[in-house]
Amino acid sequence: MPTIDDRSQSVSGSLTSGTNRKWIDSVYIGAITTMSLALMTLVLAIGCALLWQSMPAIKALGPGFVTGHEWDDATGKYGSAAFLSGTLYSSGIAILVSVPISICSAIFLAELAPKWIRLPITFLIELLAAIPSVVYGLWGIFVLIPLLRDKVMTPALASSTIGKTPILKSLLTGAGYGPSMLAAGLLLAIMITPFITAICRDILLAIPTMQRDAAAGLGTTQAETILKVVLPSAAPGLIGAVMLGFGRAFGETMAVTMVIGNMTPNTPDGRSVALFDPGYTIASAMANKFTEATPGIATAALIELGLVLFVTSMLINFFARSLVRLAARRIAA
Amino acid sequence: MQTTPCVTVQNVSFWYGSNQALFDINMTIPQHAVTAFIGPSGCGKSTFLRCLNRMNDRIDGSKMTGKIELSGQDIRDRSVSVEALRRTVGMVFQKPVPFPMSIYDNVAFGPRTHQLARGRALDELVEKCLIDAALWDEVKDKLKSSAMALSGGQQQRLCIARTLSVSPDVILMDEPCSALDPNSTHRIEELITRLKNEYTVIIVTHNLQQAKRISDMTGFFLRGELVEFGSSETVFGTPARKETDDYINGRFG
Ligand SMILES: Nc1ncnc2c1ncn2[C@@H]1O[C@H](COP(=O)(O)OP(=O)(O)OP(=O)(O)O)[C@@H](O)[C@H]1O
Ligand SMILES: [Mg+2]
Repeated sequence: MPTIDDRSQSVSGSLTSGTNRKWIDSVYIGAITTMSLALMTLVLAIGCALLWQSMPAIKALGPGFVTGHEWDDATGKYGSAAFLSGTLYSSGIAILVSVPISICSAIFLAELAPKWIRLPITFLIELLAAIPSVVYGLWGIFVLIPLLRDKVMTPALASSTIGKTPILKSLLTGAGYGPSMLAAGLLLAIMITPFITAICRDILLAIPTMQRDAAAGLGTTQAETILKVVLPSAAPGLIGAVMLGFGRAFGETMAVTMVIGNMTPNTPDGRSVALFDPGYTIASAMANKFTEATPGIATAALIELGLVLFVTSMLINFFARSLVRLAARRIAA
Repeated sequence: MQTTPCVTVQNVSFWYGSNQALFDINMTIPQHAVTAFIGPSGCGKSTFLRCLNRMNDRIDGSKMTGKIELSGQDIRDRSVSVEALRRTVGMVFQKPVPFPMSIYDNVAFGPRTHQLARGRALDELVEKCLIDAALWDEVKDKLKSSAMALSGGQQQRLCIARTLSVSPDVILMDEPCSALDPNSTHRIEELITRLKNEYTVIIVTHNLQQAKRISDMTGFFLRGELVEFGSSETVFGTPARKETDDYINGRFG
């Protein structure tokens, strides 16, 4: 039989063992910290590089770059406002179209669809989210644009009722020859819908079944359970998903460039809500103008355009995070 | 004791897929009394309880045969709406599941959904349910704060208040005290004893002392069968079956 002394020894032995595990622990934590610091450094480095390389333009153009809307190598006028508003407008259209579809599809997949149908559809949606954007762009050029031109733009421009309806008459108008804000917005919507749907579905599935049971136990219908229990619980995550989708639409270059027409609207301030007019986004402007840009101020201005995109994305992300946090707090508090 | 039948169960069997969980259950549960179900883990107590408000309908591939009547009405009849049934037969789950909203909103959730009350009347209803669930004094100053910040025992009493809020006739409780400290347990037992004046209470418990203390009727389940059902006095005092005797005297299970 062990005496009390024996026991206390074995206890203190077990208390001091495992020092080399501690060592491994610090290596592990050190590695993780280094990697995450590397990521932050990278983001910072990109920001600094953009700032550095656009310095000549910033110095020469000043705040006029943010407010101006002309971009002309001949006159040396460079302003980003028209591109920025084009970016916001096309992404805004995409979100407006995509969000209802995405959230409804996610609800269908997570809550309503029979089991056997869920997996194949989920698989398809994830597949859609993985299609390269140039493929979407090609489809836009060969299918979406002709369709919009023949079936939407031409009839709408000819219709006298639309011409008299207050809001519609300024929206459903424009050049109407195909490549347009409408095409870009819709194409972006098609591109981000699978992405937002997939994330929203995962978020809904993460809401504990017990919550639904508890609601059902009170005699709520399935629709009431979804509306009053599941969606409020999921709201912060859903907002985050939508914002991620917005971020994608915001920075999307290839597909947009292929269908938007790449032209600043011909209005005094370079802005237009007319959906049938061609437009320009920051990303598509950069992609289009880089090949022709002469070294010097023209190139620096393009890089400053990148800086504007970078900063705006940051701001949107920051805003999205605050929204998510706010919604989460409202639910937790 | 007076025994107006409240729930009558005839030849109920239940399957999860091809796996039979209940075998030919028969019983008559009296009104305004506490009925307790005991038995070893996995014997089908929760499954049976969930049959009573058709909560099992929500499980894919499950199947039930037999008949369950609530005050003479077949609960699986075409004319019965499952929402109305679940409102009449309320349920308190083993784990407290408050909704992620305020304490007030948790209790007001059911009445709002069923449009039972609004404004002042809703405030009063919420207060009454919280008083009945012995929670009012602890939360009356923070009704607007999140239910998630309550302790486990408080959350469970909140869930009881939430169940009371839609004025059910029958309350099903699946091990409501399993996560609670002795003090909270005591308060919930008191509450159950009080509730039986107005409600029919059916409770699953692993705590035999508790079953003995609070229940009028006791049913002993074993491997999906109802081995014995009778007044708690008989079941705990002079059980008819050897299995029951073994179980309540801790000889197995
Ligand atoms: N959702 C389910 N799907 C499939 N089988 C299930 C499901 N729920 C329970 N079962 C099975 O049915 C049987 C009875 O389970 P039940 O939960 O009713 O037991 P219980 O008596 O409540 O046990 P405990 O005291 O541990 O809660 C068990 O064998 C269990 O594995
Ligand atoms: Mg159980």
